[in-house]
Amino acid sequence: MTGTIFGLVGAALIGIGLFGMLVRRDALLRILSFNLLGGGVFLVFGAVARRGAGAGFGGDPVPQAIILTGIVVAFAATTLAVALVLRLAAAKDRA
Amino acid sequence: MAWDMLPMLAVMLPVLAMVAAVPLGARGAERLTLAYAPVGLALAIGIMLVVQLGGVPIRQELGHWAPPLGIAFRADGLAAAMLLTAALIIGAIAIFARADFGTAAGAAERRQAFAFWPLLLGLWAAINLAVVANDLFTLYVALELLTFAAMPLVCLDGSRATLQAALRYLMFALLGSVLYLLGVALIYGSAGTLDIVLLAQRVRGDIPVMIAIAVMTAGLLAKTALLPLHLWLPPAHAGAPAAASAVLSALVVKGSFVLVLRLWFGVMARVPMPDAAQILAGLGAAAILLGSVAALGQARLKLLVAYSTVAQIGYLFLMFPLLAASAGEVAAKAWTGGVVQAVSHAFAKAAMFLAAGIMAARFGHDRIADLSGAGRAMPVTLLTFALAGLSLMGVPPSGGFAAKWLLLSAAIGAGQWWWALVILGGGLLTGGYVYRVLAMGLRAGDPAPEPAPVAWQRDGIALALALVSVVLGFLPLAAFGLVQIGRLDVSP
Repeated sequence: MTGTIFGLVGAALIGIGLFGMLVRRDALLRILSFNLLGGGVFLVFGAVARRGAGAGFGGDPVPQAIILTGIVVAFAATTLAVALVLRLAAAKDRA
Repeated sequence: MAWDMLPMLAVMLPVLAMVAAVPLGARGAERLTLAYAPVGLALAIGIMLVVQLGGVPIRQELGHWAPPLGIAFRADGLAAAMLLTAALIIGAIAIFARADFGTAAGAAERRQAFAFWPLLLGLWAAINLAVVANDLFTLYVALELLTFAAMPLVCLDGSRATLQAALRYLMFALLGSVLYLLGVALIYGSAGTLDIVLLAQRVRGDIPVMIAIAVMTAGLLAKTALLPLHLWLPPAHAGAPAAASAVLSALVVKGSFVLVLRLWFGVMARVPMPDAAQILAGLGAAAILLGSVAALGQARLKLLVAYSTVAQIGYLFLMFPLLAASAGEVAAKAWTGGVVQAVSHAFAKAAMFLAAGIMAARFGHDRIADLSGAGRAMPVTLLTFALAGLSLMGVPPSGGFAAKWLLLSAAIGAGQWWWALVILGGGLLTGGYVYRVLAMGLRAGDPAPEPAPVAWQRDGIALALALVSVVLGFLPLAAFGLVQIGRLDVSP
């Protein structure tokens, strides 16, 4: 039951994030949308883990390891994007 | 000697070199990159020989943990071909880039140079990982590494326009990779493994897997810049320094293309998707025609070359319906044609971007209308551009001709003659934009006020890359048998 709720919330987050990334023009809002979208994907993955695709575990550990790695990658991507936005803002000030 | 270590080394050594390069500073990083290049080339040649002579893919289970719990590397013929392509092009570009990003003795180290060399090594590691990894999540990591290494190369000169291009590229790439990750989650939930070889046996065409493949393909197309998701490519690739553009256009977009192949003909090896493949090739055909027409209309040389990349990426996707709808010899031709197109375009486009960069440096601009006199001032550079152009057009004998001929005959063999028309029309349009540049370059005129001669090494490197793309056409067809090794969609 909780797995289903997490899955549905994850799906909703994916929808919101996808909408934001495609529609918003502002770079910062798009970066935030990317994080929402990523959070949704991790929740869906978590729900998948809860269902225990692996053999007889209460929760499958492999998706959890993957989610942790994914969070690190998404964090690195966010910092890179924010750094780029800051550089862009500085370049605008000079011009 | 354990040959199965080779793919792991091809991934690990550039990563280690990158990590070591950062504290060494610009000068040390440059030396380390140039010292590593022959090692990387030797590894790639070694992998190719082992795969070719053994006739089976190299497979290594990392730490002796077998999938589904462990992670395996698998270097098949496609991986071997791409590894060798990457090693040759990155090695050549490292030598070419010494003039742009080298640090002369006694000179102060520059920020650009300090960024360029570790990024080049990181890019190399990411491409190698993307072609040898056999696990969908490892491939996700490779995709992200590729983006993180490629994005800063776009904005090396730090101007506003390139920063904007880089931000746009990063947004497309992030959306692409997060969609890919969503697909990974769905596939894991459905099949309980991410190992491609295991998935090829387990996956049936049920709904979650189909949705996952659709979402992942869309994400990867955004990274490969297939029309209509190509919008980020021309400003990003045209704004970067010549050496960086060459790597981006030649190799980076091919990384995500290899992933699409792994999905469609690895994971979904037992589930043919002919209708969806027609859509994919339809997008490819639109890319060929619209990209070439856009290239014809460009006023600047580097943008012309970038739009030519958009068009040439389209050819890569023509192999999908041909493979999905046929078997045996026709499918083998389509597969080889697609891979040879990827390899020959990589060499031709690297040569073309380097030639465009040399011309832009000599003239101080890259407006095509003002390139008259280029033929007299820099004959070798213009010859390089022409040779690369011949390969892109598909004029025999060249690698591009071999690729297009294979695709053409596979299209006829599979009874899908409409793709043959697209291939021929695209060749004519390519001829059009290459002719535009050559005609202007061969006109009499006075090039630039500044008479500095082009360093012969730079011209030589660009010419050598163009020659490789032509010489690929002279290889006997049997030599391309390499890329057939380890295809999952034909193995029993």
